[in-house]
Amino acid sequence: MHLLYEIFIDPFVQMGAAPDLLVQTLWDGLVSGVLYALIALGFVLIFKASGVFNFAQGIMVVFAALTLVGLYQHGVPAYVALALTIVVMLVLAVGVERLILRPLVDQPEIILFMATFGLTYFLIGLGELIFGGDPKVMIASQLGLPSGSYRITMAHGYVQLQKIDIAAAIIASLMVAGLGILFNRTRIGRALRAVADSHRAALSVGISLEQIWVIVWFAAGVVALATGIMWGARSDVSFALEIIALKALPVLILGGLTSIPGAIVGGLIIGVGEKIGDFYWGPLVGGGIESWFAYVIALVFLLFRPQGLFGERIIERL
Amino acid sequence: MEAGLHSGKKIGGVVLGLENISLAFGGVQALQDVTFDVREHEVRAIIGPNGAGKSSMLNVMNGFYQPQQGIIRFGGREYRGMKPHAAAAMGIGRTFQNIALFRGMTVLDNIMAGRNLKMHCNFLLQALRFGPAMREEIEHRRAVEEIIDFLEIQHIRRTPVGRLPYGLQKRVELARALAMEPALLLLDEPMAGMNLEEKQDMCRFVLEVNDHFGTTIVLIEHDMGVVMDISDRVVVLDYGRKIADGTPDEVRSDQAVIDAYLGVAH
Repeated sequence: MHLLYEIFIDPFVQMGAAPDLLVQTLWDGLVSGVLYALIALGFVLIFKASGVFNFAQGIMVVFAALTLVGLYQHGVPAYVALALTIVVMLVLAVGVERLILRPLVDQPEIILFMATFGLTYFLIGLGELIFGGDPKVMIASQLGLPSGSYRITMAHGYVQLQKIDIAAAIIASLMVAGLGILFNRTRIGRALRAVADSHRAALSVGISLEQIWVIVWFAAGVVALATGIMWGARSDVSFALEIIALKALPVLILGGLTSIPGAIVGGLIIGVGEKIGDFYWGPLVGGGIESWFAYVIALVFLLFRPQGLFGERIIERL
Repeated sequence: MEAGLHSGKKIGGVVLGLENISLAFGGVQALQDVTFDVREHEVRAIIGPNGAGKSSMLNVMNGFYQPQQGIIRFGGREYRGMKPHAAAAMGIGRTFQNIALFRGMTVLDNIMAGRNLKMHCNFLLQALRFGPAMREEIEHRRAVEEIIDFLEIQHIRRTPVGRLPYGLQKRVELARALAMEPALLLLDEPMAGMNLEEKQDMCRFVLEVNDHFGTTIVLIEHDMGVVMDISDRVVVLDYGRKIADGTPDEVRSDQAVIDAYLGVAH
């Protein structure tokens, strides 16, 4: 009886007793949710267009951030370094298309998936070779990102909002809006959806698979760079960041592998869910549930909607 | 079908030439030293028993397969093999034996995708729906609506193609190929799996496309009645080799063709 009280009643009593803490937890959850959403977005872009589950998305985040910081440390001005890093992501996209996707065209998906493992280790090696393995500090202030925080007083306490988090949310929203417009309104967007549905039909109407692949890998690279800057500004830039790719998995399960809105909503749900879960229900089992609670949330959703929140329900005619 | 439909049409010079095409997959010889041509404005049929290499031939024409030997002549140039999107850019459209549509998209979007190569506006202008991009979109939309009217699929415009019955999916696929305004249209078994009424409709559409737009058509078909009715010339393949080539009447009375279809006593 006492246990049931602790699970179903007590957390809500706490929420009501200290609304400022609740708001703070929600905010923290939303902020990490935005970052999860960005990583998941990178996965979705590539999966939609080429059917490849890109295991290297996590390392692309690290590689982009490392390149940016590394260039700056070699004396390149911050904004020039940013532009150069975007060029590097374009070169990476072209390289991936030429050296991995093109030779493996029409191979089973699992082969392409394994190839992205190879890409992961290649990027780890290349990153360490050029920039070294030690953690670096993100050049957030040099890029004009704000630091410090706002303090909002409410209900006997206060809520603290980091300015960099607000900036992250705004930049992420702009990127998502931009991608949404690109994919829904333009010829490239229609071509991309076409490639996602059928390769040979897309080829037959003159859509070049190579071009589409370069575009999506480049878009995913730019998203990775944005993620790297935001995440790096909160901790530091090191290869440990790579594991955040694993955080994207429950987001993808939740949102559906093919849906951009799904990645966003999924990211926010997972972010908020794990923070709230950790703060209010964590103490019941001795805390520290944040790292796996996301998977529990995803599993619960899977029971009810196997295709994810926004995933396409494929209706097969028999 | 009535000879009247054909009477007014002028068959021109050779638009597509295939010379000594050979194609093998590992040890399997799909095509062996096949030579034939396609003339402007004609309906050219490729027939043959199962596994004769008909679809392979079509796939060579639009670059899905690269032949190991042989030359393809198109648009006044010689190619060792085509590239699919280059072939599309040169005006070769096609449909598939097992329908290949963009299942998640509506009928309208599927057909609009066929206009892909005809849209030139910068994607930034398109994203903003700005001036010239807006005009371009409207102009393409009009062309697509004409095709929709022509193929009598107005009522399913907004339906996702995955939900349509088979016969209509085939028609949407034809519409998408027509949206490219192809000079040469390759149809891989356009009537396969259709009931009699659907077949008659499809026959009518194929002939009208050929008649109104002057589109040169290469088609693979199993229904002999259809082939004999609508095609101007027929090439017959068997085990990857060409065994006959000529008008429907010539091919019908050819001993090698009869043997290939009915089997021959050894």
